[in-house]
Amino acid sequence: MTQAEPQVVDFPLRRPGAPFPPPGYAGYRGRQGLVLSRLPNGDRVWLVTRHEDVRAVLTDPRISSNPEHPGFPNVGESLGVPKQDQIPGWFVGLDSPEHDRFRKALIPEFTVRRVRAMRPAIERTVDERLDAMLAAGDSADLVADFALPVPSLVISALLGVPPADRDFFESRTRTLVAIRASTDQQRDAAAKDLLRYISRLVAIKQKWPADDLVSRLLAAGTIAPHELSGVLMLLLIAGHETTANNIALGVVTLLENPEWIGDDRAVEETLRFHSVADLVSLRVAVEDVEISGQLVRAGEGIVPLVAAANHDDNSFECPHMFDPSRSARHHVAFGYGVHQCLGQNLVRVEMEIAYRKLFERIPTLALAVPAEGLSFKHDGVVHGLHALPVRW
Amino acid sequence: MRITADTNRCVGAGQCVLTAPQVFDQDDDGLVTLLLADPGAGEEATVRLAAGLCPSGAVTVHED
Repeated sequence: MTQAEPQVVDFPLRRPGAPFPPPGYAGYRGRQGLVLSRLPNGDRVWLVTRHEDVRAVLTDPRISSNPEHPGFPNVGESLGVPKQDQIPGWFVGLDSPEHDRFRKALIPEFTVRRVRAMRPAIERTVDERLDAMLAAGDSADLVADFALPVPSLVISALLGVPPADRDFFESRTRTLVAIRASTDQQRDAAAKDLLRYISRLVAIKQKWPADDLVSRLLAAGTIAPHELSGVLMLLLIAGHETTANNIALGVVTLLENPEWIGDDRAVEETLRFHSVADLVSLRVAVEDVEISGQLVRAGEGIVPLVAAANHDDNSFECPHMFDPSRSARHHVAFGYGVHQCLGQNLVRVEMEIAYRKLFERIPTLALAVPAEGLSFKHDGVVHGLHALPVRW
Repeated sequence: MRITADTNRCVGAGQCVLTAPQVFDQDDDGLVTLLLADPGAGEEATVRLAAGLCPSGAVTVHED
């Protein structure tokens, strides 16, 4: 263990776009122990960058996911996202055993078998979006017209949102993630609209149960109705922009590497290569813990960088190359440990169907701007594209 | 090679089912269940991969 005052780096680093992650991560991985960093609000947090260390942090019971603990990293606030009170049911911010009641109730809704059964509906959704795009002309913004609506429509169907309300749902979710095209007030209003709507949906399903996720969770009774609204909001937030950004970034990468179009292994490699949720798994030590030879004191914040881990050349050969043949299943794009993404198998299917249908139905698809002109979400918590102009 | 699966640790990520569907399944609660506790030599590689991918350490490979 080094006794010298460690060098403090500023964080977050600006994302260069594609390829992600920032080149600075490679230097961090090469350092001994962890990297002490300073957030824009002045808070100091430990960065974890090696694959093995990230997996260790995300499975250590002495390290907490609960933002109520003093010292929890507030990366969102440092990027301009206001800190909000924990809403009931927001179980990514809970540790075991409190967390497990929510997770266990939801697991049956996201099994491999259940997701497989959703395929025909997802295929219909994707086809309908492509029909609309093709009917509108010979160019589109693939983010606004395809990548964002597809997961929003899939989630609304999953939650049991009636078809008549899906446009409302989709427009509010779109506002929520448009960090450049909408104001803080508009995003706040959209979030309130959605939470109000979801609470009403829960009340309606209590009165008239149907064959859907909300009704089943109410019938099971392990999650109280007031917690259920928070759970549903979490499913929406966790499953919408992340999926959309993976779809859009994956299309760009496939257009640049056309030999992989039509190969379903591109899904797993896109997840690893872009690692859009780099800043999502935040932690705080609740006991003193040694990580990679570095003592982290109770109350110190920890940021496990999944993009850095997924580009660790000790775990992935030539990590900067987009190579779907590597079968990089051990990536941590979905996190690791008990909080690993619950909807990961749904995301995989959505991405697979989105790529397949898009290139099958529009084989002449091309970028409408030079790749260097693409506008990346340098300032968002989740990495992605503001827009993706395409033509055919 | 013998496998055990701990439903108390399982978080239903489904990685094992994706990796070795002949050996692992999810029950009605979405938790890991073994189709074969003692898979043949042909399954060894995928079973080891599945155990390594499990995010909650619910799958254990025993070398006895």
